[in-house]
Order: sequence, then C-alpha cells, then structure tokens
Amino acid sequence: MQKLMINDVEHELDVPADMPLLWVLRDVMGLTGTKYGCGIAQCGVCTVHLDGHATRSCVLPVSAVAGRKVTTIESIGEQAIGQAVQKAWLEHEVVQCGYCQSGQIMSAVALLTEHPKANDEQIVGAMSGNLCRCATYTRIRAAIKSVSQA
Amino acid sequence: MSDNQSPPAVLSRRGLLKGGAVLSGLVISAYLPPMVSRSFAAGVVKGANLGDNAEKGYGAFVRIDHSGAVTVISPKIEMGQGIQTGIAMMVAEELEVPLSQVTIAEAPPNAALYTDPLLTFQATGGSTSTRYSWEPLRKAGAGARIVLIQAAALRWNVAPSQCRAENGRVLGPNNQSAGYGELVDAAASLPLPADIPLKPISEFKLLGKPARRLDTPNKVNGSAKFTIDLQIPGMLIASTRTCPVSGGKLRDLNNEAGARAIIGVRDIVRLDNAVAVTATNFWACQQALNALEIEWDMGPHAGLDSAQLDKSLFEASAGDGVFAHKAGDIASALKNASSRFEAIYEQPFLSHSPLEPMTCVAHVRADECELWVGCQAPGLAQMGASKVCGLPVEKVVIHNQLIGGGFGRRLESDFIFQAVDIARKLSYPIKLIWSREEDMTHDRYRPHYVDRLNAALDKDLRPVGWEHRIAGASVVAAYLGGLPADGVDFDAVEVAKDPIYTLANLQVRYIRHDPEVIPVSWWRGVGPLRSTYAVECFIDELAHNAKVDPVKYRLGLMQSQPRAQAVLSKAAQLTDWDKPLPAGSGRGVAVAAVFGSFVATVVELEKQGEKGLRIKRLVTVIDCGFANNPTSVAAQMEGGTLFGLSAALFNEILIENGQVQQTNFHQYRQIRMSDAPPVEVHIVESVESPGGVGETGAVPAAAALVNAVYATTGVRERRLPLSRSGYFTV
Repeated sequence: MQKLMINDVEHELDVPADMPLLWVLRDVMGLTGTKYGCGIAQCGVCTVHLDGHATRSCVLPVSAVAGRKVTTIESIGEQAIGQAVQKAWLEHEVVQCGYCQSGQIMSAVALLTEHPKANDEQIVGAMSGNLCRCATYTRIRAAIKSVSQA
Repeated sequence: MSDNQSPPAVLSRRGLLKGGAVLSGLVISAYLPPMVSRSFAAGVVKGANLGDNAEKGYGAFVRIDHSGAVTVISPKIEMGQGIQTGIAMMVAEELEVPLSQVTIAEAPPNAALYTDPLLTFQATGGSTSTRYSWEPLRKAGAGARIVLIQAAALRWNVAPSQCRAENGRVLGPNNQSAGYGELVDAAASLPLPADIPLKPISEFKLLGKPARRLDTPNKVNGSAKFTIDLQIPGMLIASTRTCPVSGGKLRDLNNEAGARAIIGVRDIVRLDNAVAVTATNFWACQQALNALEIEWDMGPHAGLDSAQLDKSLFEASAGDGVFAHKAGDIASALKNASSRFEAIYEQPFLSHSPLEPMTCVAHVRADECELWVGCQAPGLAQMGASKVCGLPVEKVVIHNQLIGGGFGRRLESDFIFQAVDIARKLSYPIKLIWSREEDMTHDRYRPHYVDRLNAALDKDLRPVGWEHRIAGASVVAAYLGGLPADGVDFDAVEVAKDPIYTLANLQVRYIRHDPEVIPVSWWRGVGPLRSTYAVECFIDELAHNAKVDPVKYRLGLMQSQPRAQAVLSKAAQLTDWDKPLPAGSGRGVAVAAVFGSFVATVVELEKQGEKGLRIKRLVTVIDCGFANNPTSVAAQMEGGTLFGLSAALFNEILIENGQVQQTNFHQYRQIRMSDAPPVEVHIVESVESPGGVGETGAVPAAAALVNAVYATTGVRERRLPLSRSGYFTV
C-alpha cells in the first residue's frame, strides 16, 4: 500500500512501489491532465509539483513521494499564482495543440512561486526542460513575463 | 469519451436546422480542382465514399437547437492550428451570433459531405483548411440566417427584407423579436436559396479581428481530453513492441509466464509483426513487454544502414528521372552560358514526434468497430480499419478527438490499424498507447532528399538557365499507392517547378528513389518546404557568387511576384538589412510563395565561443491574404518558424541494421526555449482570399538559417541538420 497526498487529499493505493507517479496519477487515479511524452524526463509534459517544486513524474517511483505533497494541473488553479498563470496563458493565447501545456504551466507556477519577479534568464532557465513541438515558446515567455511584471 | 462526439440527447431530428447537406454539395461542386494530378488523387481515394453518417442527426456544417445554441460541425480537426475557432468565426459572422454561443463538434467520416476539394478527400493538412472553409462555411452561416429570417417574416407576415438578424435573433419592422431557437423548426422546412450572398469584408464584425480560441480554456487546467486521456467502460491499456525492422515478422515469444506474472497484466496478443500486452496500466504493459523474450524474423532489410542508403540516393540523384517541368532549352543555355554554378543539397529523414505518442481507443464487437482517435484523415482510417476487422465500412464508427500534435503524422493510420488488429482478438475495449521509443522508431518518416541545381549565368552572373534535379522517396506514391502517368511526385516538385523567380530555360527533373526499408509520409511544410530549402539556398549562393546583396539579387528576379517582393522587402526593412552587423554576426533570408500565402523570414546569428553560433533574432513576414484570426496567424508563424529551425538545427533519423537509431528525445533533440529568441511576426494587411498558415511558417526557416550561417562564418553548409557541423551544440 502506498500512502499519497495528491492535491491535498490523502489516498492509500495498492500499487507497486516502483511504479512511476505519472502512471499512478493517470491510470490508477484517472488524473489525466498530467501527460506522458517520453518516459525519461526529457520533455517535461509530466511535470507535477512535489512539495511545491517542479518534478518529472514519469521517472519518479511512487514510493519516493510518500509523506510529500503532490500537486497536479487539476488543482493548480486553486493557488493564486496558478490561477494567474492560467489566466495569462489564455490572455496571451499561448496554447496550440495543448498537449504539453499542463507541464509548461506547472513549471511556470513553480518558477513564479520561487521567483515572483522572474527575469528573462530565470524564465529560460526554468522553462527549457519543457518541450513544445508546436514551439509556443514566444508566447510562454510573454505570458510568464506578464505575471512576473504585474 | 468526450461529449461533443454525438448530438446532444436533447436534440431531436426535427429540432435541427437542416439544409447544410444541400449547401455543401452545391459549394463543393463549385470547387472542383482543375489540376490533373489532383484528379488522379481523387481517383485513387474514390473508395472513400462512405455513406452518410448524417443519418445520426448531423446537418453538414450547422445545427441550431431549440434553445438557440449553435453547433458548428467542423470538417477539420483541431491540432493546435486554431482552425476550429476560425471555422466557428466564419459561421458566426454570417449567422449573426456571438462566438461565445457557438460550440464545435467533430465531423464524422463522410466523403460526400466533408471532402476537401483541395486535398480530394476528407482530411486536415496541407494548409488547406482556411482556404477550403472560407466560402462553404460562411455560406453555411449565411444560408441558415436567410431561412431563419424567412421563417420569422412568415410568422409576422412581413417581407424578409423588412427583417434583420442580430445577436442570435431575428428582429422585425414593428419591434418583433424572435430567438433563433424559436424559429428553427419553421426554418428547417424552407429551401435554401440558390444564391447565397456573403458579407463584404468591410462589414465583418468578427472575421479579421483577434479572437480567443474556443478550445484553449480546457487546455490550461488539464480537463481537455486527448485520445490518450480517454476512459471507456471496461477498457484496458494496451502497448506494443513492433519488429524493429520494417518488413520483419514476429517469429516466437518466450517467457509469457513471466510477463503474465506482472501485476495488472491481462493478455498477450501476437500480431504478424508485433506483440501486444494489455493491462490495467501502461507501466505494467511496459514491464511485461520488457519481460517477454521476443524472437523476430528481421526480414529482408536487416542489413541496411544509412551509409548505403545515402550512397544509393546520391548516385540516383545524378540520373535523369522524369520531367516535372521543361521550358526553353537548358542544354544550349548551359552550353552558351558565360559561367555556371552548381550545388547539391541534402535533407535527411525526419520523424514527426508529436508529444502525444500514437494512441487509439478501439472496441471491436461482432457487429461494430468503434474507434476514438485523433486523426487527420478519418475516412481513410475508417476504410483501412474495415479491412483489418472484416466489418463493412459503415460499421466502423470513428469519434475524432483533439490531437496532441499532428505535423502530418496523423494523416497515417498505421497505429489505428494495429489497435483494431489487437482489439478484434479481445472481448473488451483497449487504449493502445505507443511508448515514445515505439513512436520514434516506427514513424512514417519525411524522406531523405538530394537536390542538384545547376544554373547557367550571364555575364552579370544572373541565371539564364536553371536545372533542378530532385531525388528522393515519393510521399505521394506511398500515400496514394502510385504516381500519375507522368511519374512525377507533384508534391515534391512544388515550388521548384513554379518558382517565384523569373527563370528562363527552367527544367525540373524528378527522380523517384524509394528507400527499401523506411516508410515515408507527409511532414509539416511538405513538398514546398523541401524545395524551398534547395531553391532559397541556391539563389543565395548565386547572389554571393555575383557579389550582390541577397535581397537585391532576389528582388531583381521576382518582378512578376509583387506580393512576394513585398514580404521580402518588409522583412529587410524590419531587420535593418542595409545596415551592416558587427563582426561575428550575420543575417540570412529566405522567401516563398506557398499554400496561397507569401512569407519571408530573416535569421540573425552571432558567434559564440570557438565555433558555436547562437540565434539572436528571428523575424518573419506573412501575407496570407485576409487574416481570418490574426492571433492564430501569428501563433502559427511563430511556432512554424521554430518547428522548421528545430529540424534544420538538430534532426536526422539514421539507420543501422535496418533499424532506426534515434529512440527518444535524448537522441532526437527538439528546439527548446533556450535555443531561440522570441519570433517577431509581421502580418501584411490584405483583403485577398485567405491563404494557409499551418505549414507556411516552417517553409523558409531552414534556408534562412543556412544562409545566415554563411553570412556569419563564410562557410556554405548544404547538408542538414547543422548539428553535423557542430555550430549548434547542446
């Protein structure tokens, strides 16, 4: 049994200890907002927050998150910064296909939580682990800046 | 399963505003394409006439229910290009409803209703969507408005000309007012007029103004469902290992017991060239596939590698092939030339690698095959699935879904057929998810091409003869099953045979050379991208050879192309082209007329360290005619530019022992935010008919980059990707 705290709710799940958190979220709990893209922490579409820090859930064994707080895209809008980022994403019309955007938003919220006034260098540093095949980077930058400069 | 796939239960057939089907027939016949090659394609895919799913309650394009809610049935799938919002805007503009009142439903496969005449079948691709939709979708909205007004006029016993439509209502001369919902039953029984006038651009309220996308709010909170997110009752996850060499077979399987022992695993299914595992979760599928000892018969291509493929294509490219274009007398032009200039360009095999890997939900029952899948060519998918499961075509139901990245990959249905092949052997629905490794090593790749150009130059070093040989696998033949009688892949030679430059004695030869092992397909930018790379690099070389500024040299040869001239001039102006850059920096440009649009891109580079280069500035100018939704146009140009650069910088699929060597993003790098600055887009104001933008942004990027490398370093690179030469490193 794995004890998990997901989006402020406690869960006790009968899943193998080495199962990556991504598949626990998606296939066991039905939280499909967190995506699969590469399985080797190269693309960032599986990004969640572990105690507020951006983490790739595709390579994170579920046993490693016991006793820690997992936040996913489904509840990020409950945080003030999460809500601000989601709003900025829509105002700047960031999204194209949208598949990577859960991960992009989770990375952006983690950045802005740590650095509310994030500068260009910090934005590039925090966001370059997240791939977007539609290459929406121009608008991701603009959306994050609109929050950090607000 | 998303709810927008079938008509809401509250709608009765009587409650629907009909007439769209009649309308679409009328409009489509007006669009019959004149090109011989297109007619050929139409012949090949004629089998895609699939009966009428409209029986399930669909009008062709527009439905209005009793509450007045408007549903637009989109013949085009949304994969990030914003087309469904664009189509909704076209309908809403003429129907006189606010965009917020419109929802989108995906069109089912139906060749009679949803064939795109520019493509000759029902599909989303080739930057045709806006061009195709521009007239029929506005007419669908206008036609509906006309009959709604007539219905109101009859009710009020006034002339239709005394009424007008506004904000989802018809208003009468004596302050009468009726919502569309009240009028649909009466309107549905009225015939559509033969002539449906459309608003002039000057009266547009929605079109031409930036609009928020309708599909994006659910994409920022995780609630949007892509195929990979769907949950069907009783469904299990499936994943496959397919023979690593194309054409190979599954020979034997050992340690099935070990695989079955993994918690959550249900079934192991043997396919002709693959093995599938079903389980309660994807992780268990992968564990089981790893546990299986799979013996492959690698087939006849197991000895091939990239060196052999390169060599055979390179040798073939010197041949004569067939004529794609022949004007004047190139032989005497070359013979009489003051000088000649030759160059050979190479572009590698490329993977699509959308971030949502190939995924399909399939449920095959005795009497029906039901599929939930994001696909760009639903009619072809339906036809092929019918063959795999042995059910009639009309018993294959496809619920199209949001696509997590297409780029041409989902014009192919190979993964859908594999899902059907697995599901037909099982009693429950499956969601087939390919691992990234399966996705990258079993793609249908953009072909490797060799372009040989040879120019005859006059004493001013301007071209007076132009010979272009294009060699590579035929995507058209791979997709449609053959080439037209002239043997020319009409996609591969686009741009090359219709250049924006006035070129006397132009001769283009096409040399078909299909690789033995690698399946090929459409890739964003398609033929125009591949030819633009060669032509725009070559013209740049000719300019430098003549010691003339590359912008001036081009402008001097494109007097018959005012719109192309205008975008090129604008790009030069925006980048201060005439002002020299500091040492260690350089600019490159490329210009193209493609997909009904005109585009010019400038890349500015600066040296970094010993041999490194960094992209400093990116500017692209687009004239796509009337910009339906300027926000979507800009977004497509930004993303398309970086998509093109990503491949030109880093990407190449290589083969060893018949197997693709790049398995995941650590070996097939994609452009990241750290690799490029923001893209600056300038949209030319225009009232011309809309052109395409989905493919367009990617087209000039590679040539502009390579030309910038020359301007910065003095080294002329001709073979992509540039990472081969070490300028752009991780």
